[in-house]
Amino acid sequence: MSARPFLADALARKGRWLSYRWLILRRLSQCLVLAGFLAGPCCGVWILEGDLASSLLLGQLPLADPFTFVQSLAAGHSPAPRAMLGAALVAAGYLLVGGRLFCAWACPINPVTDLAGWLRRRLGIKSGFMPSRHFRLALLPACLLAAWLTGSLAWEYVNPVTGLMRGLAFGMGWTGGLVGAIFLFDLFVVQRGWCGHVCPMGAFYGLLGKSAVLRVSASRRSACTDCMDCFTACPEPQVIRPALKGKGTPVILDSNCTTCGRCVDVCGEKVFHLTHRLDRKLDEDVRSA
Amino acid sequence: MDDSGKHGGTSRSFLDAGRRKFLLQGAGSACAAGVAGLGLMAHVQRARALPSQALRPPGALPEADFDAACVRCGLCVRACPFTTLNLAPAGGGIPVGTPYFEARSVPCEMCTDIPCKAACPTGALAPGLDDIAQARMGVAVLADPERCLSLQGMRCDACFQACPLKGKAITMERLHKPGGMTVFIPSVHAACTGCGKCEHDCVPQVAVIRVMPAAQVRGELERGRRRSEAALGMPPADSPAVSAPPRPKTR
Repeated sequence: MSARPFLADALARKGRWLSYRWLILRRLSQCLVLAGFLAGPCCGVWILEGDLASSLLLGQLPLADPFTFVQSLAAGHSPAPRAMLGAALVAAGYLLVGGRLFCAWACPINPVTDLAGWLRRRLGIKSGFMPSRHFRLALLPACLLAAWLTGSLAWEYVNPVTGLMRGLAFGMGWTGGLVGAIFLFDLFVVQRGWCGHVCPMGAFYGLLGKSAVLRVSASRRSACTDCMDCFTACPEPQVIRPALKGKGTPVILDSNCTTCGRCVDVCGEKVFHLTHRLDRKLDEDVRSA
Repeated sequence: MDDSGKHGGTSRSFLDAGRRKFLLQGAGSACAAGVAGLGLMAHVQRARALPSQALRPPGALPEADFDAACVRCGLCVRACPFTTLNLAPAGGGIPVGTPYFEARSVPCEMCTDIPCKAACPTGALAPGLDDIAQARMGVAVLADPERCLSLQGMRCDACFQACPLKGKAITMERLHKPGGMTVFIPSVHAACTGCGKCEHDCVPQVAVIRVMPAAQVRGELERGRRRSEAALGMPPADSPAVSAPPRPKTR
């Protein structure tokens, strides 16, 4: 990175709102999900009853986490119709719109790892190592295999994602310690370690949304000044290069893209925008002074 | 554990550096995931045991099936009109996130519409349970008879009075003690649902009558008898209590 501070271009050229827009909207979405689950136990207003694993929206619509559902299948249980409907509804949503949209817009662990990532950048921590991003893809079948061999929802014994939401809604116990461990892991050991390398739930949603519609496109990539701000901000920086620097489609098609929109925010040249996956048009000759 | 073997059998000369790196990384990931999977299984085996004071909600599948079926969503806890059910917090010695109750704190009130079972989206609380008297959350056991006030000759029948299936699940049986004293011993019968009202109301500081998981007390007998009772069409809870002849029971 040059001496130019991160985000300076975007702030100077687009102003504060456009430099933080998607981040703010994303925090708002995460807060809405949290509020939906916590309004009931805290204020008696039941919006989402239950937790991320399975819930009832407004006392009517069943929703269920498809990853937990698949674990239950692997463990040898055939879930009842209501869980099946709930998992199908949620799976269909993420399948169509965007798989890892869950990670960026709904997951309660995301603010924790985002904070760790931000702090790591601010403190200039460069230590740690960079394990393969394929680890989570291998951990996913390992979890299902463990579920099958033990006949239990094995990953749910440790899953911090469902665990944190459940803890907030029903009582934390030691869940706070687990979340703290993930924070420290991301801060000191592996950059973007949990979400980017370990979490099999994220890997599951990534696979689920392989052909999802909502995507980021680097349509104005010819305006790129190589300031690297998008790579700095992105939780999955490897997904940007093919779209930004490649010769092919400018659409980020990698299913590990969480569609968080942070690259859209931080780019001073407005290279990126949110669009659908078929929008492959390129704005040529847009290099501005 | 997964596809760690995929790097084998390929001649190195055919592989450029990038591809070799990719395959090695894949194999490394697979091995690491395998180790993580084994660790996870070891953790599950350790953490899945249910302590005997933790009882499952009515209609819960046998513990091994329950562990595969319950997604830890807490909808049963929300549906419970009392403060009976809780989701186990992490690190509390009860499988994390699963619903349970402790009879000594808050027993099951045996709602006739079984709202917890109705709320369960996965079938971990068996949808087939329609009559709460058929629930088998556990079975009451006179765990430490010497401390039972009634057996000491005092006029206590708190457990008998607390029982929602009074005269069916618990009866007070006459017992002639050696030495001529006649006392009453609380006796638990097959109709016991394991609601825990008796344990809750038991007078001594530490409950003498306690609800234990049926599998621990009766083992496979429980399921076997229920099957035979169902075959005979005679559910135990509906059968009137047979008062036993005043015959001394000695141990």
